[in-house]
Amino acid sequence: MKTVFEFTKGMTREESIYCPGCTHGIAHRLIMEVLDEMDLLGETIGISPVGCSILAHRYMSVDMCEAAHGRAPAIATGIKRVHPDCTLFTYQGDGDLASIGTGEIIHAAHRGEKFTTFFVNNAIYGMTGGQMAPTTLVGQKTTTTQEGRSELLCGKPLRMAEMIATIEGAVFVERVSLDSPSSIFKAKKVFRKAIEIQQKKLGFGFIEILSTCPTNWGLSPIDSMEWLRTHMIPYFPLGNFRKPGDREMACGQEMGAK
Amino acid sequence: MNEKVLMKGNEAFAEAAIRYDCKYYFGYPITPQNEIPEYMSRELSKADGVFVQAESELAAVNMAYGASAAGGRVMISSSSPGFALMQEGMSFLCSVEAPCVIINVSRGGPGIGTILPGQADYYQATRGGGNGDYHLIVLAPASIQESITLIGKAFELSDQYRNPVLILVDGMIGQMMEPVILPDYHSGKQIDKPWALTGTKGIRPPNTIKSVYLKAEELEAWNWHLLEKYRKIIDCEVSYETRNLEDAEIVFVAYGTTSRIIREAMEILEADHIRSGLIRPISLWPYPYQSFDEMSSSTKAVLVVELSQGQMIDDVKIGVNGRFPVSYVGRFGGTVISPEEVASEAKRILGVV
Repeated sequence: MKTVFEFTKGMTREESIYCPGCTHGIAHRLIMEVLDEMDLLGETIGISPVGCSILAHRYMSVDMCEAAHGRAPAIATGIKRVHPDCTLFTYQGDGDLASIGTGEIIHAAHRGEKFTTFFVNNAIYGMTGGQMAPTTLVGQKTTTTQEGRSELLCGKPLRMAEMIATIEGAVFVERVSLDSPSSIFKAKKVFRKAIEIQQKKLGFGFIEILSTCPTNWGLSPIDSMEWLRTHMIPYFPLGNFRKPGDREMACGQEMGAK
Repeated sequence: MNEKVLMKGNEAFAEAAIRYDCKYYFGYPITPQNEIPEYMSRELSKADGVFVQAESELAAVNMAYGASAAGGRVMISSSSPGFALMQEGMSFLCSVEAPCVIINVSRGGPGIGTILPGQADYYQATRGGGNGDYHLIVLAPASIQESITLIGKAFELSDQYRNPVLILVDGMIGQMMEPVILPDYHSGKQIDKPWALTGTKGIRPPNTIKSVYLKAEELEAWNWHLLEKYRKIIDCEVSYETRNLEDAEIVFVAYGTTSRIIREAMEILEADHIRSGLIRPISLWPYPYQSFDEMSSSTKAVLVVELSQGQMIDDVKIGVNGRFPVSYVGRFGGTVISPEEVASEAKRILGVV
């Protein structure tokens, strides 16, 4: 009989504790599918952050390390020095990466660290119960902006992909979305590209993943997808902000190290 | 045996670490420990190691956490305000049982304070500045030679117990020069680390370095595991030095630099026919409470000498347990107490003018 579906090899059989409609599950699976397809599961080390995905190691069947809030890029820096040939990723939310961990992510990019960061942007703090994140949209209601985020008091949301793309050491920066099957397929291709670039040791790779948080947004999973499309994508445009040229990809580290 | 060489404290610490096979060092500039990262940046790669200048002490301790989780032999260093920033990391290193050696070349505080030496980080070192129930093993050398020895011991203890080990020295020992004998290269004992993150290579289940326990009973069980380890360390790893306890009228208690000032104060007192003794804790955690049982009935008083407002005195009182009056004398804020000041305070306590 023809096999039409198999359980993703890089995912454990553990029952997920993510809320219904949350896109973490999709993001986890895409990363693990890519690593499996590239035959890298046995060479991979991942870092899960403080936030909803602190328990990512329960679901991802690779060596993993938990990080203090915001510190994953520093931990990754240490791990990569010990195992320079491993495939290494950090998986971080917007509170973790764009707020408390800005120093660590900027300087990992600045050093051109040879790992990949998956940045899950759902415009809110999920695990702590829906507080304002640096990525919360103006007017968006959260438990700490109950009348909606005020631009006057809190400024406008941070665009991390655009910021990271200004740093020379970040050789691959792209923003993707998980709002539809076609976006998900596109995202998977981008994930694969990022891992290929890491293997060539060209520099730091950063993928911002626009995601939903139905529970804390107070929307149904389907309405959340629509809200992501109509509210987030206009402010956080999808696309590539930085990538190595064909020659750099062909030459690998020597070229990238210049 | 290797030749005697004259070395500055900070440089000797770095060279000792290299010879005990430290392969990863993450540093951030702060005085008076800058010679450690500078030396490591120059010398560590020659020994197949890696130096990274971190963007902050917070990043440095987390880089160390990563390198340790990956199975590497790691050292970091800082000075008081920088070590304060590393406290989050200390709690995490203990929580996940990641081995690491840390040197705090301490200075006067609080706040920015001064770059001059101080011993005011005793509480932070022995009580912990991070959250939760945890202990660092804390070793306090009194000379550069002893620092070298204790750095070797620190790497061993750290691997053996899977616990961070802090070397607490002050800026005096970090900045002065002394003749020392260095160990041979590759003096470090290595042990297997099957728990380390290496990638499964498809031959074992994934390893996880984790600090979160959502169920209270699971966290309690983990804390019991840590407590049993700490009790074993208390039983096995106390170290201290004593002098003249058998007939001392007054017993000084001091660690590190201050213990050397006391030796000169003891000579001053001896010239005046006053018998004095010394208890010098070498391990500050676990603390050598049992050393106070060695004091004799000829002792009339215990005097704690510290370059702080008096922090270790709390442990001395626990050790003395009401058997003798305990008092304190010290200078702080970067000033250093003189042997004469110590001797005259001892005479005042004994009622000898």
